[in-house]
Amino acid sequence: MTHTAGTPRHHGFGPMRRKEDARFIRGRGKYVDDIKLPGMLHGAILHSPHAHARIRSIDVGAAEAHPKVKAVITGETLEAMNLAWMPTLSNDVQAVLATDKVRFQGQEVAFVIAEDHYSARDALELIDVDYDPLPVVSDARTAMDEDAPVIRDDLEGRKDNHIFDWEAGDRARTEEVFAVADVVVSQDMLYPRVHPAPLETCGIVADMDKVTGKLTVWATTQAPHAHRTLYALVAGLPEHKIRVISPDIGGGFGNKVGIYPGYVCSIVGSILTGRPVKWVEDRSENLMTTSFARDYHMSGSIAATRDGKVLGVRVKTLADHGAFNGSAQPTKFPAGFFHVFTGSYDMQAAHCEVTGVYTNKAPGGVAYACSFRITEAVYLVERLMDLLAAELDVDPAELRMKNLLQPEQFPYTCATGWEYDSGDYATTLRLALEMAGYEALRKEQAEKRARGELMGIGISFFTEAVGAGPRKHMDILGFGMADGAELRVHPTGKAVLRISVQTQGQGHETTFAQIVAEELGIPADDVEVVHGDTDQTPFGLGTYGSRSTPVSGAATAVVTRKVRERARLVAGAMLEADPGDLEWSEGRWFVRGDPNSGVTIQEIAMAAHGSVELPEGVEGHLDATTVYNPPNLTYPYGAYICVVDVDAGTGKVSVRRIIAVDDCGVRINPMIVEGQVHGGLADGIGMALMQVMAFDEDGNHLGASFMDYLLPTSMECPSWELGATVTPSPHHPLGAKGVGESATVGSPPAVVNAVVDALKPYGVRHADIPLTPANVWRTLQGRPFRTDLAIT
Amino acid sequence: MALFEEIAPEPADTVPVRRVTISVNGERRTADIEPRLLLAHLLRQGLRLTGTHTGCDTTNCGACTVLFDGKPIKSCTMLAVQADGHEITTVEGLSGASELHPVQEAFKDCHGLQCGFCTPGMMLTAKALLDETPDPSEDDVRWALSGNLCRCTGYQNIVKSVLSAAQKLQGQSAADGS
Repeated sequence: MTHTAGTPRHHGFGPMRRKEDARFIRGRGKYVDDIKLPGMLHGAILHSPHAHARIRSIDVGAAEAHPKVKAVITGETLEAMNLAWMPTLSNDVQAVLATDKVRFQGQEVAFVIAEDHYSARDALELIDVDYDPLPVVSDARTAMDEDAPVIRDDLEGRKDNHIFDWEAGDRARTEEVFAVADVVVSQDMLYPRVHPAPLETCGIVADMDKVTGKLTVWATTQAPHAHRTLYALVAGLPEHKIRVISPDIGGGFGNKVGIYPGYVCSIVGSILTGRPVKWVEDRSENLMTTSFARDYHMSGSIAATRDGKVLGVRVKTLADHGAFNGSAQPTKFPAGFFHVFTGSYDMQAAHCEVTGVYTNKAPGGVAYACSFRITEAVYLVERLMDLLAAELDVDPAELRMKNLLQPEQFPYTCATGWEYDSGDYATTLRLALEMAGYEALRKEQAEKRARGELMGIGISFFTEAVGAGPRKHMDILGFGMADGAELRVHPTGKAVLRISVQTQGQGHETTFAQIVAEELGIPADDVEVVHGDTDQTPFGLGTYGSRSTPVSGAATAVVTRKVRERARLVAGAMLEADPGDLEWSEGRWFVRGDPNSGVTIQEIAMAAHGSVELPEGVEGHLDATTVYNPPNLTYPYGAYICVVDVDAGTGKVSVRRIIAVDDCGVRINPMIVEGQVHGGLADGIGMALMQVMAFDEDGNHLGASFMDYLLPTSMECPSWELGATVTPSPHHPLGAKGVGESATVGSPPAVVNAVVDALKPYGVRHADIPLTPANVWRTLQGRPFRTDLAIT
Repeated sequence: MALFEEIAPEPADTVPVRRVTISVNGERRTADIEPRLLLAHLLRQGLRLTGTHTGCDTTNCGACTVLFDGKPIKSCTMLAVQADGHEITTVEGLSGASELHPVQEAFKDCHGLQCGFCTPGMMLTAKALLDETPDPSEDDVRWALSGNLCRCTGYQNIVKSVLSAAQKLQGQSAADGS
C-alpha cells in the first residue's frame, strides 16, 4: 500500500522494472567470486586468536612446504616492500599484516597463496605463531584509564589511547539556554557496535600482468576510482597502469568503501607470483575484521520550556574506533555528520563533543547506511524527544508537531551550521499519523494496558543530510567529493552513459538511464549505463552516504542538458533555423510556434555524425562530459511509526506494523525508492531488536557468525506500510534528494521508542539496544541492560 | 578428470578421490572429487554454475540453496559426494531454453531483488514451496523463506513475488487442465 501526495509527472521517471534483473534472476550476475582467470591462485588469511599480543615469531616453514602452496606472505615480506602498513580513510595507518603485535582478535597475520582454496586453508593450519598476550582494552569507557595498555605504541610518542576530540555548535549559547530551561532531561545511551553484513562478503581478484606492467583488480569496492588512486599512491604503480573493476556487488551497505588487508595481500601476491590471485573472505572474517558500524556511547540532554518548546540539545560522545582509526568520512569531519543531531526541530542552541578512542577491536565506524554518523544523531535526538515527552507527560507526536521546522523556515541553518534545503515536515508527519490511525492506536493501547498487555507505539521524525559534498568543505583523503559523468549518443540515437558511482543493488543501471530518458527523450531501454570500471568511467568518489542521486544523478542531468544544447545547434542547422528560435519538448527540438517542424533527438544524433553543415565552432557528434560539484547536501526526511507488542513473560518483541512516509523530493523510480525503504526498515528491526557485536573482557568477539549476529528473516519483518510526500531539493537539477539510507537511519529509534513506550507501565524510560527478549526481560525486572554510562 | 583445476584433490596417495555422477539441471555430470568438497563448491567452481552463491559459513543464509531431488537444501552443508546419483537443480536450470520460470518473472515484476545475491536461492526455495503448496498464504510464504536471508529487500516484495508466481502458475495449470 502506498500513499502519495503530489507526485509531479515526468517523461522518463516512474516505476520502471529493472534492467539489472535479467541477469540476476538467471544466475548470470558476475560477482567477484564468479571470476576465474587462467592460472589463478587462491589466498587465505591467518587471523590472530588474541585481541592484544606481541608477536614473538612466525614460522611459515611447514606451510611453505605444502605441495600446493606457492607463497606465504607475512608482515616481514610486506615490510621489505614498505607495505606492512597502509593509510586509512581517517589519516591513520592500519597494519596490513601484523609485524610488531596484534591489536584485535581476527587481525591479519599471514597470507597463504595456494593452487586452490581448500589447500590454502589447509596451509593456514601449518603456520606457527608465537604470541605474548598483553592486557586488553575491550570497553571503550576504560580506554583512557591511566593504567590502560597503550594499543598504538607504533605511533611516535603515543602514550594513551586517545584519537581525537572534536566539537561543534556553540557551547556558551547552549549553556545559556540550558540554564534558563524549565525542563532538562538527560540520558546516557549506547548505539552498540553492529555490522553491515552484506550477504556477499568482501573479495578481490588481483592480476598483475608483468608483460604490460598493468595491474587489474576486480574487487568488492563501492569506490573504484578512489581505490585506484590509493593503490597508485601506496604501491607506487602509475595510475594509468591500474584498472579497478567493481563487478556486480552483492550488497555493500558501507562495508565495501575502504581498502582491506586482503586486497593489498592479493595484489602483492600477484606481483610476487606473476599469477592472478583471488581472495574471498568467509562470513566470520567479514564480521570480525571488516568495517563495523556505530559504537557511540552518547550522553545527551535536551532542554525545553514547561509547555514543550525545545530550546537546545547537547551531547558528549565517546566513540569506540577500534585499534586503527579507519572510519570513512570526509577529512574535516572526524565524527562524520553527527552534528546534525538537532534533527527536525527548531531550537536555539546545540553543542556536541566527541572523543574518539582506540580499543582492541577491528577498525570501522562509518558503515551500514549511516550517512556518516547520522544514524547515531537521529537516534540521539529521537530518543531525547521521547524522553522529554514522557517527562512533560505529552504525546510524543504532539511534542514533535509542536517543534518541527516550518516550510517557510527553509533554507534553514541549524544550530550546528547545516543548511537544510527544503521541507514540509508537518504534512509528512500528519500523513504518517493518518495512515497509522494514530488516535485509534492510542485508544487500543489504553485498553490493552488496562488488561495488562504491553503494546507500544513509537515515532521517529528524522532529517537526513546526504550527497557529500561541496568540495570546498568535503574531501576524502584530499579527493574533492565531486562526480563526473560522460554521455555519448550514438548515430542511431542510442546512448551510453558513464558514471563514477557504483551500484551495489540500488538500481543505478535503471534509474540513471531514466534520468537520460527524462532529460533527452531517449527511451531508458536505449541507454546503457556503464559504471565500476576505472578504465571506462570518469573519476568520482563512488556510492555511499546516499550520494549517488544527489551528486552523480545531478551530474547526469547536467551532462544530458549539455548534449541537449549541442543537439539544439545541430537541429538549427538541420532545420535551417536560428537555434535561439527552437523549443524543446518530449525529445524533439522544433521551431517555436510550429511543433510539426521539429527533429527528434534520434534524427539529430544521425545528423550530428553525418554531413550536415554545422555552424562554426560546433564539432559534430553528440557527446558531453561534466563534473558536478554540489552546492550543498540534500536533506530528505521522513515520519516513521512503529507498533509493537511485547510479551511480558518472555520479553519478546513483535513488530506488528511499521508505517514509513519518506520525502526525498522528486522520485526518479518510485518502485526502486520503495525497495530501498523496505530494506532499511528491516535494518531498523535488526539493529533495534537483535544485532550487536559484543566482546568479553579478553577481547573475544562474541558475535562473529550468523549463529550469534542475527539478521531479520521474513518472519520478523511485517508488511511495510509506505507513504510519500514530495518536497523537491531546490538546488538539485532534478529536484531529487538521496534516500537509500533514510530508513536505516530513521527506523531504529521508531522501534526502540515503541518498545520503551510498551514498557511504560513498568516505569521504564530507556533501554539500550539491542532489545532482545533477554534484555527486555531484564529491563522488565528493573535490571536494565545498560544504564551505567558516564562520560566525564 | 581435469574438471577442477581450482579444487583439485590432494595427491592421490594422501587423499582418496571419489567418482560421482550427478544429474545437474537434467544433464549427467561425472567428476572425481575429494570427499570433503562441498556441493556448493562443486557447482560453482567445478561446474562453473556460479548462480549459486555462498553468503555465510554457518548454514544460516540460504544463498546456496539448490533443489536436491526437488527439495530445497543448502548446498554449503552437503558434501558433493552425498549428491552422487541424485538430481540437482540450480538457478541456471530454472528457465527453459527461452522462457523464464514464472517465479523468475515474478521476482522481476514485483521488484523482489536488488543486489541479486540472495535471489537464486530465494527463487529455488520459492519454487519448491509452490510445487508442494500451489496456493500458499502470506504466512506460508514467509515461513518457507525463513531459511533464506536477504539484506536488501526487507522481504516484502519477495513475498509479493512468490504470491504473484503462485497465481500465475495456478492460472497456467488451470489453462492446461481445460
